[in-house]
Amino acid sequence: MSRLREVLSGRELSIVLALVVVVAVTTAVNPSFLNAQGVHDLFLNASIIALLAIGQTLLVITRNIDLSVGSVMGLTAYLSGQMFIADQGTPTIVVVLAGMALGAACGAFNGALVAIAKVPALVVTLGTLYVFRGIDYGWASATGVHQINADQMSPSFLSFGSGSVLGIPHLTLIALVALVIAAYALHNWRSGRELYAIGSNPHAARLAGIPAGRRVFTAFVLSGALVGLAGVLHASYFGTINASVGTGKELAVVAAVVVGGVAIFGGSGTVLGAVLGALLLTTITGALPILGVPAFWQRAVDGAALLLAISLDRAVMLRLAERLRKERSLRRA
Amino acid sequence: MITSLQRRKRAALAVTSAGLVAALIAGCGGTTKGSDAASDSGGSGTEKTADPNAPIKEGLKIAFLPKEIDNPYENIVDKGGIAAVEELKGTGKEVGPSDASASSQVSYINTLVQQNQDAIVIAANDPNAVAPALKDAMDKGIAVVSYDSDAAVDARQVFVNQADSEDIGRSQIKMVSEQIGGKGKIAILSATPNATNQNTWIEYMKDELTKPEYKDIQLVKVAYGDDDDQKSFQETQALLKSIPDLKAIVSPTTVGISAAARYISSSPYKGKVVLTGLGTPNQMRQFVKDGTVKEFALWDPEQLGYLAGYAAAALASGQITGKEGEVLKAGELGERTIGKNGEIILGPPTVFNADNIDDYNF
Repeated sequence: MSRLREVLSGRELSIVLALVVVVAVTTAVNPSFLNAQGVHDLFLNASIIALLAIGQTLLVITRNIDLSVGSVMGLTAYLSGQMFIADQGTPTIVVVLAGMALGAACGAFNGALVAIAKVPALVVTLGTLYVFRGIDYGWASATGVHQINADQMSPSFLSFGSGSVLGIPHLTLIALVALVIAAYALHNWRSGRELYAIGSNPHAARLAGIPAGRRVFTAFVLSGALVGLAGVLHASYFGTINASVGTGKELAVVAAVVVGGVAIFGGSGTVLGAVLGALLLTTITGALPILGVPAFWQRAVDGAALLLAISLDRAVMLRLAERLRKERSLRRA
Repeated sequence: MITSLQRRKRAALAVTSAGLVAALIAGCGGTTKGSDAASDSGGSGTEKTADPNAPIKEGLKIAFLPKEIDNPYENIVDKGGIAAVEELKGTGKEVGPSDASASSQVSYINTLVQQNQDAIVIAANDPNAVAPALKDAMDKGIAVVSYDSDAAVDARQVFVNQADSEDIGRSQIKMVSEQIGGKGKIAILSATPNATNQNTWIEYMKDELTKPEYKDIQLVKVAYGDDDDQKSFQETQALLKSIPDLKAIVSPTTVGISAAARYISSSPYKGKVVLTGLGTPNQMRQFVKDGTVKEFALWDPEQLGYLAGYAAAALASGQITGKEGEVLKAGELGERTIGKNGEIILGPPTVFNADNIDDYNF
């Protein structure tokens, strides 16, 4: 019984319910929303943002944040384009690894400033948001390559981005693999549990002998590598790259993570929740034009959905805290 | 002790007066330069009549301000413009904001005014948001030319239009009608809901559809992809899903048409739904070759920039003032007559298909 309640009160379930409602309403209005192609599109649209959300969750759990994700993603997407300009036959795997390496390097830069120089992550990554984007623009104007088009990339890279296995897009498979690994590591590995401890109470974590600096640094590097991967996937998915790829993505990612129930002040939340949050938000964005919401209102509805999710969450949390307090006082009496 | 103090005082006085003299000289220099600029503005201001035989001044400083700095289409336009300016022995440069929001260009205009540029060539993100800053620039004697997307009529001297807006709108309908056999439902995938150029074309497209030969074509929806890849993708998906018998999508924006082409090329809709509109040959080459897109159109953006560059130089040199009927000499493009509301038209758009796409590289 208590186990059932534990599962039911889980944040993931409420997101799944919200998702079911959105999909059901939209499908009622337009049945093709849920045909094979429709489901394919839903997962495809959420895959890249889900990868970013997994990386962001690792950081938010430790009471950190990375606002530079959009810029890092833009930089790695642009890198993959440049690699194809240098040699159109560059193997896909080389591009993917190079993108992840560049992303990890950007993450290491952020991580070093946060973990070693002890500057708050919000400040560091707000700074690098502009620095990395500046490098991206600088690179584009120095080489005079403002845009890289589909016909300049290798056909295998493009079909990698748009292809699928048994109806599941490659991008979604990659996001799922990342999700499973991250969820397992966070749940079972000692270092994974330590990330929660660091976010829950940094002082206590340090006193307990957890190497907080090293763990946070590693989280930044891993998150950076995932962002780098997302950038390369963006390139292969859209087939058109310029220096502004990923602009504004940081807010969408933080929104997905928060909607997914990861506490913004660290210490709790799961990657599964964050990925479901990403899926919910992109599904809403995809459903609005089908429901016929006028273009001018779509963003407002997006924002309202976010506010609603957070307020509901807050209300539930307050009630839960109240109940726990009552139970405790009863026990004491 | 006393002498040394006095000496120090004297030294201080000498330094101070030297500084004062220097400041005065600098001040005078500033004033002279300022009055020069003022007489210049009298020369090229709207009050003065045009002198068609005035020589193009050498060393003109002309700045190109696109909607956003990495807008691939406008980058090409600006390249053509800068080439024209260099041909006229001036210096051209391209500056611009990183996002295409309504007010993002204002601070750039103000900076260009402070830098005493001779002319500003702008593609306005919003006709009214940039108007006060541009009027301010014109008051200071800076020539203002708009291209691609017009600013308010009284906030610029000439508007260099790629093609007659009416021609563009009507030719889009003609192109799509030929490809779908003059019958069926079509939708438009535009940029932002408040883009001047897009909305004008869409109005003419709607007007063209009222003609009897297009009575079997229905425009069922106008969607907005905000010139963003992901948004354009999702809007395309929504169009295809919500209108099952959709015959064609017309996307008169380069970002929209390439995102839509990318989605359709890897979906079951490939070959079933016609996609056409305005795009660059480089962007669309892949999709023309794989059969997703049969035909689309665009004018040569480098020529557009070239024309805008010449117009800016002619304005700054007093050759033209932007009045209807004046003639602009535009180098290798020949002559163009200024039309109503200071509009100069480049010419009809070029249609690209599998046969000719490899002849173009932009």
